[in-house]
Amino acid sequence: MRRNWIGGAFGWLWLVAVLLPIYFVAITSVKSIATYFGSNPVLPSAPLALENVTAVLEADFGMYLVNSVVVALGTVIPLVLMGFMASFSIVRGGRRFFGPVRSLFLLGLAIPVQATIVPIYLLIIRLHMYDSLAALMLPGIAFGLPLSILIISNSLRDVPRELFEAMDIDGCSEWQKMWRLAFPMTRPALVTVGVYQALMSWNGFLFPLILTQSPDKRTLPLALWSFQGEYATNVPVVMAAVVLSSIPIIVLYALGRRYLVGGMTAGAGK
Amino acid sequence: MTSPSAVRQDVRVGADASQTRARRQSAPRARRGTEPHREPVHVSHVLFALPALLFFGVFALLPLVGVLVLSFTSWNGIGAIHFTGLTSWTEALSRSTTWHGLALVVLMIVATWLLQTPLSILLGTFLAGQQRYRNVLAILYFLPLLLSSAAIAITFKSLLDPNFGLASGLNLPFLKQNWLGDSVLVWIVLLVIIAWQFIPFHTLIYQGAVRQIPRSMFEAAEIDGAGRVRQFFSITLPQLKYTLITSSTLMVVGALTYFDIIFVLTQGGPGSSTRILPLDMYLTGFRGNEMGVASALAVILVVLGLGLALGVQRLGGTDASASQMEGA
Repeated sequence: MRRNWIGGAFGWLWLVAVLLPIYFVAITSVKSIATYFGSNPVLPSAPLALENVTAVLEADFGMYLVNSVVVALGTVIPLVLMGFMASFSIVRGGRRFFGPVRSLFLLGLAIPVQATIVPIYLLIIRLHMYDSLAALMLPGIAFGLPLSILIISNSLRDVPRELFEAMDIDGCSEWQKMWRLAFPMTRPALVTVGVYQALMSWNGFLFPLILTQSPDKRTLPLALWSFQGEYATNVPVVMAAVVLSSIPIIVLYALGRRYLVGGMTAGAGK
Repeated sequence: MTSPSAVRQDVRVGADASQTRARRQSAPRARRGTEPHREPVHVSHVLFALPALLFFGVFALLPLVGVLVLSFTSWNGIGAIHFTGLTSWTEALSRSTTWHGLALVVLMIVATWLLQTPLSILLGTFLAGQQRYRNVLAILYFLPLLLSSAAIAITFKSLLDPNFGLASGLNLPFLKQNWLGDSVLVWIVLLVIIAWQFIPFHTLIYQGAVRQIPRSMFEAAEIDGAGRVRQFFSITLPQLKYTLITSSTLMVVGALTYFDIIFVLTQGGPGSSTRILPLDMYLTGFRGNEMGVASALAVILVVLGLGLALGVQRLGGTDASASQMEGA
């Protein structure tokens, strides 16, 4: 077989393009401000300036990190549970009622979230939830449901019907079938949904921007944005903030890559 | 996708549909009595689906309806909301920023597609090879998808700094430009960053699709003496048709709503050269306190999104289910 030179050259070139900015952030984040102005920008330089990390932590990044974790968990846990229960009904319930329910959720995939920010803002104000972390979870859950239900119900369809029938014979209720049979059988899909939605929540920018105000309610992306405004002149410290805010999600990727890729390409792949 | 699964459900339901109360929704049909089997609705199933329906209804569907309603009002974001008929619409449609923003959205969609589609297909085809190192490459390719748009925008901002970024680091004078201060250069920057962020996603889709093409097709072509390039154009590309439609739909609808990157990187500037419609909507509503006008702009975005999604599908000659990715 002849070698695919064009594709190969391209593939490696793209790798460089992907890694270069990441490399730049990493080396710059550990330069002191003096080395940043004095050294070659694309070369690492000793000694490591760990004071950047200290500066970032002193700028309340610990709190922003906690906020991001709280919002991610507060979004993902209810989302997975509700999505799972709804999927169970959609797959197990009759088509007459749950067919339209399914279509309704699928319709949600086509709603551009950006276009709903004004009514969501109004809704959150009227619920007296403006400037709270809970305000970030509610729309996150709602807009996460369509894709979650798509993934989970596809996985539920693969649970053999005989297993449900066996539970029928044992006189189990739908509730028992849901938690004792369907839940363990769809665990991989639930993890996929959880990991993917955690990423979505972690990187969300728009809802924190319009639904919160006080600094102590900021999540990481918003904090990064205001941080670079304040520290515009101290690039290494800003880069350290970028690194610190990305580490948790890269750890998540390392642990659950399979699930994350699955979540991203679900529905798109055929 | 919808029909086969629905049929399967249909068959399955008949089995255990015995001891339940029929709901109001099923009554008219049941009375006809001509159905092969009845499908009473389990109360428990309705209860299980209720929390999700409630959340989705209140925080996704209601806002969707709400944006249409609000577009016929005037509201400054704090005080009372007044119905003012078409005032917000005439205001929105008479502003030059609206048409400017719309033109920029079209530019964004076309340029994004032209830049990202060929690259994603090439990279996806390359990654689909069976060599093990390509899986490692795929892992690394994925990294940009993990980073928040804020982090990416901030990174590129300092990378493009004329004095302390790539230009001086690699000693490439042509990179020494006022990237974010020039209305043409800033677009190059935006398109490249957005490509950097999203090509990995589309590459993954194409990789998966190329791997599903039967190997025998390539082997047959090989025997017939077709070279790699010929194989690519005669087998790979035609086989990717449906993936191309899916990927293009996601790309086009996605390009319609880019917000974070532009907001952090340029705030619409210099001047208004990157004030695309979603950003214009945000600034009109949350900076200009004209929520009614912003809602009218949002309705335009929704309609445009649906129209584009359907248009791409029609162009591809298929009615397969529309955008299946997140709207986020």
